[in-house]
Amino acid sequence: MMNVVKKILLAIALPLTLFAGWYFLSADSESFYSPPLEKILVAFGDTWGLDRLRADVAPSVLRLLAGFLLAALIGVGAGVAIGMNLRLRAVTEPVLEFFRAIPPPVLVPVIMLFAGIGDAMKVIVIVFGCIWPILLNTVEGVRAVDSVVLETARSYGVNGVARITKVILPSAGPQIAAGLRQALSIAIILMVISELFAASNGLGFTIVQFQRSFAIPEMWSGIILLGLLGFVLSLLFRLAERRALRWYEGLRAAQRQS
Amino acid sequence: MLEVKGLRKVYRSGSREVEALRDLTFTVDNGELVCLVGPSGCGKTTLLRCISGLLDPTAGDVRVNGQKVDGPPKGMAVVFQEYGRSLFPWMSVRDNVELPLKQKGVGRARRKQLVEQSLDAVGLTGTASAYPWQLSGGMQQRVAIARAVAYEPQTLLMDEPFAAVDAQTRADLEDLVRQLWKRLGVTILFVTHDIDESVYLGQRVVMLSTSPTVVQEELAIDLPEHRDQLTTRADPRFIQLRTRVYEQIQAAKRNAMQ
Repeated sequence: MMNVVKKILLAIALPLTLFAGWYFLSADSESFYSPPLEKILVAFGDTWGLDRLRADVAPSVLRLLAGFLLAALIGVGAGVAIGMNLRLRAVTEPVLEFFRAIPPPVLVPVIMLFAGIGDAMKVIVIVFGCIWPILLNTVEGVRAVDSVVLETARSYGVNGVARITKVILPSAGPQIAAGLRQALSIAIILMVISELFAASNGLGFTIVQFQRSFAIPEMWSGIILLGLLGFVLSLLFRLAERRALRWYEGLRAAQRQS
Repeated sequence: MLEVKGLRKVYRSGSREVEALRDLTFTVDNGELVCLVGPSGCGKTTLLRCISGLLDPTAGDVRVNGQKVDGPPKGMAVVFQEYGRSLFPWMSVRDNVELPLKQKGVGRARRKQLVEQSLDAVGLTGTASAYPWQLSGGMQQRVAIARAVAYEPQTLLMDEPFAAVDAQTRADLEDLVRQLWKRLGVTILFVTHDIDESVYLGQRVVMLSTSPTVVQEELAIDLPEHRDQLTTRADPRFIQLRTRVYEQIQAAKRNAMQ
């Protein structure tokens, strides 16, 4: 019990200090562009009511989730296929590395030409940006499945679908999760960027609107909300990951002991 | 009956050829327990992988009850040396034992029964919900044996299964193999580099030469049916037999040097 309290205290000590520092140092600020935190917090309360959450935050989050899940589905699916097939990997790897090297924001105008400026465009941008770490990590994870594991599966007739779902995917799980974690933070960045170009709602859109109309405290409050959103999402991801990969944590702990 | 006839395996990598197995011929009758023993690096594992259908021989063939082996045969189970890598760490002990049965299409009720019976038979009652990495090395190898036993094979291949466990555990596991063999009436081919182990366990010992491997000699073990770690190993006949096997292995090594 003491341990948990201590852990929580340690975890929130630095954020609290920084926040307090910001609060007191900015208290007498006269600058128009960096108003006192107090003002920003008041603006936060006024700005992000239920209406705005529904009108702007919800669409952003939905697009983010749609893009992330789609990227996960395609990335893991293609990654398993490529990882299991030596020739396919040799053919696709250079192309994948090339696509990965393209910064996704430059593709926004291009994708706009094909997909318009609606939700589809934004989801495609997110998919295109965050699929690469998922795909490449899955390929690596599948490739690294232990040969004894594979031979065991073969000699006991674990073939076909079961070979993928019961053996290859779980074995590659830790590495796939690492790819998903990277992809999530890229997805958040692209969610905002895709809304900067052409949008009529969304968190990124709203923040730019505030900036252009010189609603500076509101703009800052939007940035804080964005930070909080990212934090909550990564926390949720880590909880899900810990649940799914409990065996991996245990295995590693057991290996460290011996 | 397990027949190995004129088996030859050459590994090719680029222009280099390594002849691992030269010409192996021997048979194991149904219900027999035969030990294969040879100096380290004599291609025992290659031979076992050919017999279990995981590796295609360069020439010659393996037949189980007259059926030529090409791919893992249905009525055969393998216990690998590396139990830590052969058991799936993402599955509980129960799921590890049950997965091959599911793949074989065994019904749910029967599966449950087989899992329970086989865990009881190897002395692991009550560990079904543990993960393999929560168990000691010896217990993990028992799980691997339980998995093989639950599969209800006619032929059981064991590839140096006790090479990585401590001496006392090893003695217990040797007795377990004898006991299971008598109870289930399976055919067992037990590969080991331990001369004493081969004499203690087998009804017959097949000695292999160094690589490129041929059968050096076969020896029937005329020890009493009931074996006991204390009395059998002190039996003058046991000592004679182990000396005989030892001499043959030494002769094999000498031949290789010339």
